[in-house]
Amino acid sequence: MLSKRIIPCLDVRDGKLTKGIKFKGNVDIGDPVEVAREYYEQGADEIVFYDITASSDKRDILIDVVRRVAETIFIPFSVGGGIRNLEDMRRVILAGAEKVSVNSAAVDNPKIITQGANAFGSQCIVLGMDVKKVEVSGKTPSGYEIVIHGGRIFTGIDALWWAKEAEKLGAGEICLNSIDADGMQTGYELNLTKMISENVCIPVIASGGAGKPEHLAEVLTEGKADAALIASMVHYRTYTITEIKQFLSEKQIKTRMLW
Amino acid sequence: MIAIINYNAGNITSVARALQNIGKKYIITDDTKKLDDASRIIFPGVGAAGEAMAYLRQKNLDTWLKTYIKTGKPLLGICLGTQIILDYSEENKTECIGLVAGSTKRFPEKLISEGQALKIPHMGWNSVKLYRSHPVFNNVSPDAEFYFVHSYHPAPSDDAVVLGTTDYGMTFCSVLAKDNLVAMQFHPEKSGRPGLQILKNFCAWRGKV
Repeated sequence: MLSKRIIPCLDVRDGKLTKGIKFKGNVDIGDPVEVAREYYEQGADEIVFYDITASSDKRDILIDVVRRVAETIFIPFSVGGGIRNLEDMRRVILAGAEKVSVNSAAVDNPKIITQGANAFGSQCIVLGMDVKKVEVSGKTPSGYEIVIHGGRIFTGIDALWWAKEAEKLGAGEICLNSIDADGMQTGYELNLTKMISENVCIPVIASGGAGKPEHLAEVLTEGKADAALIASMVHYRTYTITEIKQFLSEKQIKTRMLW
Repeated sequence: MIAIINYNAGNITSVARALQNIGKKYIITDDTKKLDDASRIIFPGVGAAGEAMAYLRQKNLDTWLKTYIKTGKPLLGICLGTQIILDYSEENKTECIGLVAGSTKRFPEKLISEGQALKIPHMGWNSVKLYRSHPVFNNVSPDAEFYFVHSYHPAPSDDAVVLGTTDYGMTFCSVLAKDNLVAMQFHPEKSGRPGLQILKNFCAWRGKV
């Protein structure tokens, strides 16, 4: 039977690993290539890189990071942040990434999902969704709204509708990030994760809020997530991925235990 | 010399980097003349069966593979490269190479396990149950897991070629082996150390069980 995946997320800014809270106040915490290698050794099942570099002219630094990571780790990894067209996708895939994650660009131009899926296969295209809890209204019946551009712009798009739409357009996976929970380390948004996961047929990665192994156990069972993204709890060395997997194993949650 | 067949299908670089890591020299080519000189062939692939077969036919690689397999030199299929060595694929209703009898089928729409609907693609880490030993799986723990990502699976018609199976709401053939051919649905190049071990074993294998 398929194992649940534990996926560390590395926010990269100007070629350095960084972490903020609710998308703000980022501090640099190391070299992404070295940290990726360390997580690979600890048993990470996949790695996500998110480029939060503000200026697009520094893009080549990211491509170099992707290439160096691909030479060091032999598990899948995906790259997101600032991917706007097929050419951007092609560059990171050729540099060695298995998957690309589209977020704001897919909201601006949903066709990019279909184009990417046709060119590289659905399994390659991850829809990144940044979501904020809002009042239930005619526009947002699920009570969650899509926000873009690093959490700055509310789109008026209902999160559940968008998840289903992206699946129809050809996305192979959804990385669902709760901005309310991001960096708080108080647990994932379980209701949101469960709602999205039960309403699409593609895998859902829960993101935002992991602070202790119990949080992962919750989101992988109650939250129905297929995978859990983690950041702060491993970046600050509070836990190792190995420790998290041991905890999940004790809770009878199946993860890959041999690497 | 190891040759990786290049047919514009995805993960060639990942396979090349994995070989680099285990210290093996290789060439990447779609030129049958260069492939003739190779001592072993890796046939990888990510993508759709229809397009892949169209490219292989255009380059005459389908016919070349049928001749190659008779030489007794080892052939390793990976993912799409495994699916299209069968006769036929349901993906794009494609006639395939036919090194092994059988077809590649789509996972059924409603796969249920323990009351839960399973997602397609089958994406992530899963284990393989081997039915017999094989040199390519030497020193690989039976508890090892491998990285899968696919919506179609091989369904060979002869059970004797099924080397390993995987469970995902149903049991499907995840590794097939026949004489000098071994082919797997998962990605050894993305399956951590156990995957690298498989590639190492393949590079040392003489094509005999």
